[in-house]
Parts: sequence; structure tokens; C-alpha cells
Amino acid sequence: MSLCLRVCTAASCRSRGGEDLRQALAAVAGSSTVVKGVGCLGPCSEGPLLELETASGVGHPERQLFGNLPASDPAALAALARSLRACAENPKAPAPWQPPAGQALDLNHPFFRLQRRLVLKHCGRIDPESITEALAAGIYQQLQRVLEANDPAAVIELVRRSGLRGRGGAGYPTGLKWATVAKMPGHEKVVVCNADEGDPGAFMDRTVLEGDPHTLLEGMAIAAHAVGASRGFIYVRAEYPLAIARLRQAIHQAEQQGWLGTAIAGSRFNFEIALRVGAGAYVCGEETALIQSIEGKRGMPRPRPPYPAEQGVFGLPTLINNVETFANVPALLRLGVEAYGGGTKVFSLTGDVLRTGVIEVPMGTNLRTIVETMGGGAPQGRTIKAVQTGGPSGGCVPAQQLDTPVTYESLQALGTIMGSGGMVVMDDTTNMVDIARFFMAFSREESCGKCVPCRAGTVQLDNLLCRILERRANPADLEQLESLCVMVMDTSLCGLGQSAPKPVLSTLRHFRGDYLAMLSPEATP
Amino acid sequence: MPESFPDLEPVLQRHGRQADGLIEVLNHGQELYGYLGEPLLRHIARELRLPFSRVQGTASFYHLFRFTPPLRHSCLVCTGTACHVKGAGALLAVLAGEPLAERGIELGSVRCVGTCSGAPLVVVDGAVWNLQTSTALLAGLRRLEP
Ligand SMILES: Cc1cc2nc3c(=O)[nH]c(=O)nc-3n(C[C@H](O)[C@H](O)[C@H](O)COP(=O)(O)O)c2cc1C
Ligand code: FES
Repeated sequence: MSLCLRVCTAASCRSRGGEDLRQALAAVAGSSTVVKGVGCLGPCSEGPLLELETASGVGHPERQLFGNLPASDPAALAALARSLRACAENPKAPAPWQPPAGQALDLNHPFFRLQRRLVLKHCGRIDPESITEALAAGIYQQLQRVLEANDPAAVIELVRRSGLRGRGGAGYPTGLKWATVAKMPGHEKVVVCNADEGDPGAFMDRTVLEGDPHTLLEGMAIAAHAVGASRGFIYVRAEYPLAIARLRQAIHQAEQQGWLGTAIAGSRFNFEIALRVGAGAYVCGEETALIQSIEGKRGMPRPRPPYPAEQGVFGLPTLINNVETFANVPALLRLGVEAYGGGTKVFSLTGDVLRTGVIEVPMGTNLRTIVETMGGGAPQGRTIKAVQTGGPSGGCVPAQQLDTPVTYESLQALGTIMGSGGMVVMDDTTNMVDIARFFMAFSREESCGKCVPCRAGTVQLDNLLCRILERRANPADLEQLESLCVMVMDTSLCGLGQSAPKPVLSTLRHFRGDYLAMLSPEATP
Repeated sequence: MPESFPDLEPVLQRHGRQADGLIEVLNHGQELYGYLGEPLLRHIARELRLPFSRVQGTASFYHLFRFTPPLRHSCLVCTGTACHVKGAGALLAVLAGEPLAERGIELGSVRCVGTCSGAPLVVVDGAVWNLQTSTALLAGLRRLEP
């Protein structure tokens, strides 16, 4: 019987010993057994994870997933390797293998069954360090097709018709953005991938970067061809060392094999990508600040217009999209608008929920389905109080409203945003004033200080929230909190300040009781 | 801090000694020498033909750049959303009361390293320690070589 062992060696499983596990299992590799490191397999809370694919030569290969495997205990690892070797040497039809330690995970569980993997199609399947595997999986085929057809306008039209919207947070229509950059005069244009993923609690982009970097490069190259750019940048946060290493390697491999560089795939299209590593400033995820940072300057946002499409990196027309936005493009081109349908959204599910990890679901899936059916709900004995989406620019959806479908519009109606896909579940022990204060402290620290409403406003708001938390605030303070929120929102220069009050307003709207319970009417300011 | 920085040459060359490579050069400089001391910043300014103030001003904008030598060990407590919800505050409070610096451990924080399934977590000398309790964390830190 032939076996394929896929060990997750992405950052989360790696921190639980995934790489040690892979090395120990490498000893099992042989003529009929392949062992490889792959990107995220999904349920990070059960890591380190191993997927076993057995093929007996008849019928489909069987897939099994195992979690909580041993990683540091040499005896347990040796026992695991022995057991797998015995399984490989067994000529009979595959009987489900049972690991001597760890447990089998049910692949029919809604966590897996309800996913639709477009962006993450190859993540967890292929070895992200091998361009040979990427090519065998069909990556770069859409780029090849696009180059052969050589009809940029048709590609832009397809993206527009698909309704794809930016996955970086604001949800701007991608086709429209591409069309704007394509229309700009001049021969020199730039494509930038925003891989800054600054929202705390969000790791969808990391999953793509670590698990399938070539799909991102393919998406960027298709975009560059569509808008007429020959230079590209990927701006990735320094906190992701593994993602940086894999990107570097993937770019190098793609250059070697002629999928980046000059005369790509024998066409007249030239496109090179340079990697830029951030240095820990959240505001650099904002597009105008990101451009400054790519140019080697302080990451200070500037007013728009002019938009990056008109004046971006080095003053050139620039297309900026998020990692997941680019990674959608090959899937969209492969499927066509019809089959692509409403597309998907990748979420990172964390916090007070039984199963945490990365999922990709059809756009419009209910929040309750994600958090309760797929994630298993709150830990034993607790109940869900809220789900936070959109990070420091977002808000909290209260438990009563979990039947909301995740779409840009429905989340906005609830006072939060889709955001980039971080989803943090909070249980009934959470004080929502504390959460509001947490995000305000974050925004205060990350404010670049350029405009006064954001620089001074976030400090004031933080102070007020602290006062409430310390039970030193009176009802007038609460009023001041609300009016200051509106002021900061309306007058700040960039998205950071404009949305910094959102977590406060959202918790005030849905959890006012938490605030009122902490006021003391006699307190004097 | 040494007076010459030959190891920086490859990255300076890669960016053609152009000003837009400044942050890449700073990142590499810190990786190579541990921190961005004044001699290193002056060297970078000279090589990129930038005013020293521009180099220093840019570097000071970014949280990850440091201007003093690091201690022997570093312990970064993740204070991202998931870790906060799972009790990062309590870890920080306990650590703040410990004489860590005396034992060569520098305490810091980071806003999410993107492996939130291990919340609350800390990053010690670059390695992620998942699902920490204050007892386990203190015991782990005690095992570090002084
Ligand atoms: C304070 C701030 C931080 C941001 N951080 C990110 C980020 O980490 N990643 C990202 O893709 N977009 C981020 N954005 C949104 C970008 O400005 C920009 O809208 C996005 O990269 C465009 O790509 P998209 O159209 O594909 O979403 C941020 C915006 C603001 C205001
Ligand atoms: S919040 Fe700590 S790793 Fe994400």
C-alpha cells in the first residue's frame, strides 16, 4: 500500500513540534511512502497535525487526519514511525490506521465539511517549498493562459463581473481598482501586495504565505499583466519569519523557472517582485503609509486623493491588494465567474472557542455556523457572549445576533466590519469595557501622531475607558466618551483614527450594560 | 558595537545603496549586530548618502528597531487580542514583579505573532511557548542559562 504523510510545518504546528514530527517521520519514507511538510491543515488547536493518505491501488485514496501527535518524546515518535511503517508494509486494503498516541479527527465534522477551499485549495496539500509540486498542482497555469490570450481588458472584466472585493478590510471592488490602474497613463506601473496583516488575532494571510506562496505570486503576476505593471513588491510583517523565508524561496524558484523575471513563459511580459519586510508598525498596513515604508521612509499616512492608483510607489500608478485578494484570482480564472459564484472568505477562528484554526467558507455563511457548528462553541460550562471581527477597526457581534450571514453589508449593519478575517470569540466571563479599552490602547500606541484627532483623541479615549474600568467614572464621562468617539471618527486623517472608536461604539451599542455597571454616579472627574 | 560593518555590504549592494532600501538595511543591520548603535546608524547614513537625522528619524518610527544592546535572553509576551482574552494581562503582571533583568532576561511584548491557537503565549529567544500559565512560564524562564 502506498502512503503519503503530510505533516503541518506552518508556524502554529511548528510551535507545537510539527517540524520535529516531520523529521522523525522522514525515517518512514521509502519506495511506497512519501513524507512531506505542508502548510496549515486547519484545526490549529489540535496540532501538531498529520494527514495520512493511503492508496491501495483500487478506488480513491483514503484520507485521515490526526491531531495532538507526540513531538518531543523520542520513544513516542519512534513508536509512531514503527506503526506507520507497519501500515505501509501491509499489502491488504487500507484498514483505518490508529496512531499509538494522539487522536483521529473526523473529516466529516462540519469544521471540514462546510468549508469551500478556493484560496486554500493547495494549502496543506503541497510542499510549499517545492515549485515542482506547485506546478504539478496546476499553479501558474492560469498565468500561462492569461499570457497566451494576452487580453488584459478581458481579465479585468472577469474580475469585475465576479464581484470580488478586497480582502484587506475595506472591501473595495477589485475589478474597479484594477481598471483604474490600467487606465492610468505611463509605461511604468507597480503592483504591491499588502502582507502586513497587522490586526491582532488574524492569521489568514500568514496561512497563505506559509502554505502556498506560489499561488500568491501567480495572482500578483496576473494582476500585473492586467494593469500593465512590471515591478512588484510584497510588504510582509517582520513578525512572520517563516512566511518571509518561504516567500524568498518561492520568488527565487519562480525566477529560476521563468515564472518571474523577463519574457515570462516565453511571452513579452516582464515582472519582477521584491520583498520588503516591515518593522513592527501597525499603521504601515494602511496603503499610503505602506508606500512610504516601501520607499524607505517613516510609515506616515497621507491624505487621499491622490490615490495610490494615481500616485503610489515612487510616484508611479500603483495597484495595492491584500494577500487573499490576489490569491483569489487564479481560482476565479480557473473556475470562471459562474462556478466561482459568491466566492469565499478565509477566517482565523480564535479565543474562547473549542476548536481554533483557519477555515475558508462560502461568503455569506452564518456566524453561528462558523463559531458554534464548525468551531464547537464556547468551552465547557461557558456561553458565547460576542464575536469580535475586524480587529481594532471593527466591533463585536453579540451572541443574540449570531444568525447574521458574514457579508460586507450585514456586518456593517451591526456596527462592525468584515475586516481581514480575524474572528475572536469571547465568552460570558469577558468584560466588554475591557475589550474596548484593549483596542483603544492598541490604537493609541499605533497612532503615527501625524494628525491631532487621532494622536490626542486616542489618548483621551483610553483615559476615559480606564476611568470606567477603575469605577471612577460618572454618567457624564460616558457621554463625553461617546461624543469624543464621533469627533475622532469624523476628523482623523487616515483609517486608523477614523475607525479607532469603532470597538467602543460597538460595545456601547450592544453591551451598554457592561458600561453602566461600572459607573459610579458620585464619582467626580 | 564594532567600528566597521563589513557584513552589511551584501544588503547595501542588493539595494544599490539607494535610499529606498533603508528599512531593509536597518532590518539586516539589527539582525547582524543585535541593535542599531550610533556607529552603525552613521555608517548606514554614509553608505546610503542620507543625513544621519533621516536615518535615525526613520528608525525610531518603527517599534522593532532598538538602539541599545539586547540582554542575553528575551521574553516577549503576546498581547494580541486572542492572548489578551486568554489572560496575557495576568502573565505580564506576574513577570513585571520578577527581577528578570538581573537574570539577563529582557521583558517585552508583541501584538500577535499569528499563532493564536496557543494563546496565551510568549516568545522566548525566538521560540513560541504555547498555552502559558504564570507558574509554567516562571519555571521555564528559571531554566534559561543565566
Ligand atoms: C490602520 C490600517 C491598517 C491596515 N492594515 C492592513 C493590513 O494589515 N493588511 C491589508 O491587507 N490591508 C490593511 N489595511 C487596508 C489597506 O489600506 C488597503 O485598503 C488594502 O491593502 C487594499 O487591498 P484590498 O483592496 O485587496 O483589500 C489597513 C488599513 C488601515 C487604515
Ligand atoms: S493574539 Fe497572541 S498570537 Fe495572536
